[in-house]
Amino acid sequence: MALLEVTDLHVAFPRGKHHEVEALRGVSLSLKKGERLGIVGESGAGKSMLAFAILNLIAEPGRVSQGAIRFDGQNLLEMSEHDIRGIRGNRISMIFQDPMVTLNPVLTIGTQMVETLKAHRKISTHEARRLSIEKLKLVAIPSAESRLDAYPHELSGGLRQRVVIAIALLTDPEIIIADEPTTALDVTIQAEIMALILQLCRDRDMALILITHDLGVVAEVTERLMIMYAGLCVEEGPTQRIINAPTHPYSNGLLKALPQNSERGQDLYQIPGSMPPITALPSGCAYHPRCEFATERCHVSAPDLVNGIACFHPLKADAKAPA
Amino acid sequence: MNVPIIETKNVEMRFALPTHFLSRQKPVLHALSGVSIAIEPGESFCVVGESGCGKTTLGRAIMGLLTPSAGEIYFRGTRIDQLDESARKPIRADMQMVFQNPYASLNPRRNVFDTLAEPIRHLKPEMNHAEIRAQVEDVLDATGCDQSWQRKLPHEFSGGQRQRIAIARALVTNPAFIVADEPISALDVSIQAQILNLLTDLQETRGLTYLFITHDLSVVKHFGTRVAVMYLGQVMELARAEDIFARPKHPYTRLLLDAIPKLTGGSFDKPRQPGELPDPVNPPPGCPFAPRCSMVQDRCRSERPKLRPIANSATQAACHFAD
Repeated sequence: MALLEVTDLHVAFPRGKHHEVEALRGVSLSLKKGERLGIVGESGAGKSMLAFAILNLIAEPGRVSQGAIRFDGQNLLEMSEHDIRGIRGNRISMIFQDPMVTLNPVLTIGTQMVETLKAHRKISTHEARRLSIEKLKLVAIPSAESRLDAYPHELSGGLRQRVVIAIALLTDPEIIIADEPTTALDVTIQAEIMALILQLCRDRDMALILITHDLGVVAEVTERLMIMYAGLCVEEGPTQRIINAPTHPYSNGLLKALPQNSERGQDLYQIPGSMPPITALPSGCAYHPRCEFATERCHVSAPDLVNGIACFHPLKADAKAPA
Repeated sequence: MNVPIIETKNVEMRFALPTHFLSRQKPVLHALSGVSIAIEPGESFCVVGESGCGKTTLGRAIMGLLTPSAGEIYFRGTRIDQLDESARKPIRADMQMVFQNPYASLNPRRNVFDTLAEPIRHLKPEMNHAEIRAQVEDVLDATGCDQSWQRKLPHEFSGGQRQRIAIARALVTNPAFIVADEPISALDVSIQAQILNLLTDLQETRGLTYLFITHDLSVVKHFGTRVAVMYLGQVMELARAEDIFARPKHPYTRLLLDAIPKLTGGSFDKPRQPGELPDPVNPPPGCPFAPRCSMVQDRCRSERPKLRPIANSATQAACHFAD
């Protein structure tokens, strides 16, 4: 059975007095124990919204208007705020983009770690400090004992993000949701942090939802991939299968637009236009105005996600596709 | 040999940091230490490096937005770093800049026509209104902007459209040389390809020379002719774009290349040790990369390597042991 099962999730925001617009328009996903899932899309595609919705963190005036989120058999959307705290930050942890915003600048690393542990476990401060040092060592922070008394500004960006990961690991979660965890970091530091997250997931059989716009990062870290566009999942499947042989025209366009995938001196492939805002979605398939394969049917009706692809004219998997 | 369009000779940039008025220490940040590069007409010269390496400072020094503490900067053989505002004015039309964030670089209260007309009014006061209008229309066409945008304000545009407007503004005085400081990093993947193609097309039609500042080596591979890899205010390697990928000479360049996520996956499988930039206020006496280098020797910690030509290649590298 899946550890986390999201079915037909809709998130809506009010627009004017009597109308609503949907930021998520029916997204489903399932995550097995120890599985690493990547969610890729451009800004505004709804990928962060999905992460927030899973943790029941959609802020007013937004609301989950439809759907279910089942974690370990319980529907998170029907739980009380008190009960969900036993799961959020405990059995499901989150790593955000900017460690300088995640960490409290006026408290030491140690205080923040002990506080997190005590919120979820009945343990002594001494024991909490011991566990904190253990986790700091796990994320390869040099001289972990002395770093416990450091303030966030005393650490470099890479070390700060390692501290954030250590805090996320404190309660030995079953799922980690990482929302663009390395976007604010340099490439060499990004490689360190992603290698660390990958190793931790493997060693501890932890499931990962990695939200990013970087196809290279998902290729390195995840096993399964979801491509999102305008509040919907347009393609879903094994990461390497999608990267080698995308079947949705949008996934194909994203991959072809990468400088790595084109010859030097030739123009890059470009998807015309840009993603529509959720307040002005076109009729039918949201991608049709930018799609080179769009037909009359795409203008009128929207394709459902069937066998991991939401398109009336999917591309043929070419010769590169694995059997 | 051609006269380089831009040449820097041993450019130093030091910033005095704020101190307590009773303090005896006068800490100085070395943003650039001895940078010498020459850019030939028609090149796309790339500067890569991580945050804090001085790549933006170099671009700003060349544009005259910062005055170097020592060293010389030449534009077409004329020394420009000592010029005062009025003497520099004729050159400004020939050198323009595109910034990273099009949400910050456009004045939100000025419509597109005024944004584009401003540089002409300032730098070419002899042009009358009709000529300005013709020039603005011409440059809007060249950058793929619609003429109907002229009376609109920046908030009416998406990020990619704004960056087109920012590029149009840089082109409106018919410059020969453009400094582009991370012009695509703030944009979505599908939009990045559009902007890169636009920059390539404009180079062909207008004979532009670019100084392209980026942290993304895959862009260099597609776009650059030559590349300078910077670390802590120094050029570590100076090479042709194709050589830097096929035959990197400096250990830091190899670390950067190794950190790029690959679409084939598998390169993040090994854990990586945390590394960070040394303190630019108290740089190490030897090679700035020595603390992170895998092939470090005693000599690296005491003697700073100079940029030197490497045998049997067109590459220069600042490493005692590169060959």
